[in-house]
Amino acid sequence: MSARYFGAAVARVEDPRLLAGRGRYVDDAVLPGMLHAAFVRASMAHGRIRNIDASDAKGMPGVVAIYTMADFAGIAQGAMPPMAPHPLLPTPITYHPLAVEEVCHVGEAIAIVLADDRATAEDAAAAVLLDIEELPAVADAVLAWKAGAPRVHSKRPSNIAASLKAGFSDCDAVFAKADHVLTERFDIHRGGCHSMECRGVVASVDPHSGVLTLSTSSQSPYMVRRHLATYLGRDESEIRVMTPDVGGGFGPKANVYPEEFAVALAAIKTGRPVKWIEDRQEHFVATTQQRGQVWTLDVAFDNDGRMRAIRGHCIHDNGAYAPYGLILPATALASFPGPYALEALDLTIDVVLTNLVPTSPVRGACRPNAAFLLERLADRIARHLGIDRQQVRRRSFVRADQMPYSTGMKARDGSPISYDSGDYIAALDLVLDKIGAAGFEARRAAAADRGKLLGLGIASCVEDTGLGPFEGASVRVTPAGKVVVSTGASSQGQGHRTAFAQIAADALGVELNDVMVETADTSRFPLGMSTIASRIAVTAGSSVELAAQKVRAKAIAFASHKLEVGEQDLELEGGAVRVKGVPGMNVSLSEIARTLAGNVGISLPGGMEPDLAATAYFNSTALTFAYGANACEVEIDPETGDVRVVRYVVVHDCGKLINPLIVDGQIRGGVVHGIGNALFERMIYDEAGQPLTTTYADYFLPLASEMPPIEIHHVETPSPRNPIGVKGAGEGGTIPAAACVISAVENALGSNAPFIHLHPISPQQVVKWLERTASAAKA
Amino acid sequence: MTGKHLTFTLNGEPRETSADPRTHLADFLRYGLGLTGTHVGCEHGVCGACTVIVDGVPVRSCLMLAVQIDCCTVETVEGLANGDELSPLQQAFSTHHGLQCGFCTPGMLMTLEALLRATPSPTEHDIRMAISGNICRCTGYQGIVEAALAAAAVRTSTP
Ligand code: FES
Ligand code: FES
Repeated sequence: MSARYFGAAVARVEDPRLLAGRGRYVDDAVLPGMLHAAFVRASMAHGRIRNIDASDAKGMPGVVAIYTMADFAGIAQGAMPPMAPHPLLPTPITYHPLAVEEVCHVGEAIAIVLADDRATAEDAAAAVLLDIEELPAVADAVLAWKAGAPRVHSKRPSNIAASLKAGFSDCDAVFAKADHVLTERFDIHRGGCHSMECRGVVASVDPHSGVLTLSTSSQSPYMVRRHLATYLGRDESEIRVMTPDVGGGFGPKANVYPEEFAVALAAIKTGRPVKWIEDRQEHFVATTQQRGQVWTLDVAFDNDGRMRAIRGHCIHDNGAYAPYGLILPATALASFPGPYALEALDLTIDVVLTNLVPTSPVRGACRPNAAFLLERLADRIARHLGIDRQQVRRRSFVRADQMPYSTGMKARDGSPISYDSGDYIAALDLVLDKIGAAGFEARRAAAADRGKLLGLGIASCVEDTGLGPFEGASVRVTPAGKVVVSTGASSQGQGHRTAFAQIAADALGVELNDVMVETADTSRFPLGMSTIASRIAVTAGSSVELAAQKVRAKAIAFASHKLEVGEQDLELEGGAVRVKGVPGMNVSLSEIARTLAGNVGISLPGGMEPDLAATAYFNSTALTFAYGANACEVEIDPETGDVRVVRYVVVHDCGKLINPLIVDGQIRGGVVHGIGNALFERMIYDEAGQPLTTTYADYFLPLASEMPPIEIHHVETPSPRNPIGVKGAGEGGTIPAAACVISAVENALGSNAPFIHLHPISPQQVVKWLERTASAAKA
Repeated sequence: MTGKHLTFTLNGEPRETSADPRTHLADFLRYGLGLTGTHVGCEHGVCGACTVIVDGVPVRSCLMLAVQIDCCTVETVEGLANGDELSPLQQAFSTHHGLQCGFCTPGMLMTLEALLRATPSPTEHDIRMAISGNICRCTGYQGIVEAALAAAAVRTSTP
């Protein structure tokens, strides 16, 4: 196979439509007779529902119906099925589609209003009278964790939903032998996620077939189908779920949400299409968030800076429900020991319920948390010993000659975790070289002359990608010679259509625009998992390759039969199977597809199976590990405490690149998300669980005016664990970014500055730290 | 449609219709006229996804009432391309990977279109300031900035 598209920075096939304003997002759909939904939501963080009076609201002109859960009793009832059941959660903590009896966070949906248009639905929602008895709420995970704290759910005996443990070897023994031990407490802030398109769903029931169809802005349409089928007691064949163009996902849209169920129930109940589009205020109070955790960690290390063991405890802010089970805290544990070759590890996470919006993975899931902890500890060790930060890394990282390296950790199925490939120290060397670490002190001095504080930050990470079990794809050549790729993997802007078309076009010797890719429609492809965990290039990309290679083999077998030429003398090029070196001797894919599509009464040649098509599922049995080393420079204005990231350099190894343009875009967007986590994004709740930052005037997302250019250098170590040699790239930008920025800020503040154990940091804090440093220097 | 009678120019075409006084311009374009290229990301004037050009000036269509466009000239993302031929700015967005999910993209394009008309040769700083009121969660902005610089070069070199 001559690589023509694979590896090339081809412009995306998605672009022309989206640029011309012809994208089709969920809110762009208009169905005949469609009703518009608005939700009545809880205005307090915890309460017992005494009465819902919708009588006035129901009488408003344009209002068609107002339903509570009781109105759906004839269709379905009870709590939603858990997406990821876990033995430690014997009683799942899932929502009802609409709250029954109790509300457990501000924003929980209580009733659904259906009207002729959205404005009318919102007016009516505001006119529904709620009588809710306020119950004590707890909005802080540390408080909720303590004995005697108010109960988040009145019927659950404890706010600690589960305790997870992970580790290996005898930690205490290593601690006893180590030269030094330090203890630090870390406080990682919750934040939000904020795809620019909020969630939304349109549900309708076909009056003839009875099939319930959902178009939903989701990362997991097949999970929506599966759980909705379970909930409604229907066969999956009676439910179709598809995703239109989706305006960003980044994690939260991987959940199956109560609103999706409520809208489906309303469509069944009314027999009319129902649309609900989340607005940004709702997004702040009803779409999952992340990353709140408080950690206490001990680290054992030697005089030379070698990190030897870590032990500690985490209080994990779960929010009020656990729709996604324990995936998030489990990911936090699985992200250890990162790039560090530890001798022992012993960690416990208490998963703590709070009366806040539930948490679920947000770009990186808990990997950025683990990277922050590990990188901060490495910096802390360097400060303690008075050595360079890079020395700690050099002496502690897994070395290239140790690959494949078993970390000591176990995967969910009990198998040992082993890093497949990579050279973490070389990546660090490269990033230090590219940012010009050797010349940094001169730049720092020059900045000081301008009255600015310059700091250099470094952070590395290892990322497990390509999570199993599988995605699948079918590849089919149409009688016109076009190639149709179909997969269950949904897309939220990652350019899947382009990447899959590149793979299929190469395998079949066709042009890129001869390939059409259809994604995430349960009526087009039977199975799919989720677009999460940087897994689609590995799982679906490999499936496209496997299916396309099967189609290629079949086309060659056909041509060999027809042209009476050995298969080894044939190649695919220009939409045809050709005899190598004999121009004009060929058979087109179109002809093969037409023949294999059959003609009445005529047998297929050579006893071949019908259809020039194949389906494949790539079973991802072992994770493949991407890694990166980042370095950045920040400039601080000591007067205002303003922190600007002025340079950012990424060295990243995600195996072979299908399309460098797309990979670079993923990394840059990811880094900016991490910079937001480090410096800007703050989701504030008061003690009663009321959210205080529910507009973009209060919740700061990173803006173009604040962001640096991001320089990227790829190292391509092909993954041995899949047929196309790729590793995931969707989250590798975010994972080390907050750690890198904080490392740079601490470096800028100088060696007397306090150790920074949290993010995001604020200008006020920076000024305070500088004052403290100055007074310490005087004293 | 009931409501106030409106006469305006939309993407070069004269239009006459009416709009409900409570409807904001973004909803009017999307649901009233079926021009769904204009997106709504926050409905409180910060994200910029809803940006359109009214009388030559970029505005947030979620903060403007539809009835305010009476006698105005309105340009939306649907008006940028010439048939199937993308404008230099749109083309540059594709070449420089200035879009991923495409949700912020119409607002970005309209903001930058207005910038390039007023400032044909902007610096990187000018561009970053111009789009500082447009939030993109996907791209990290760099591809957008590079696209705008490239489009400016094309526009100034072609008469
Ligand atoms: S939707 Fe108008 S600025 Fe966000
Ligand atoms: S491309 Fe997705 S928000 Fe900008």
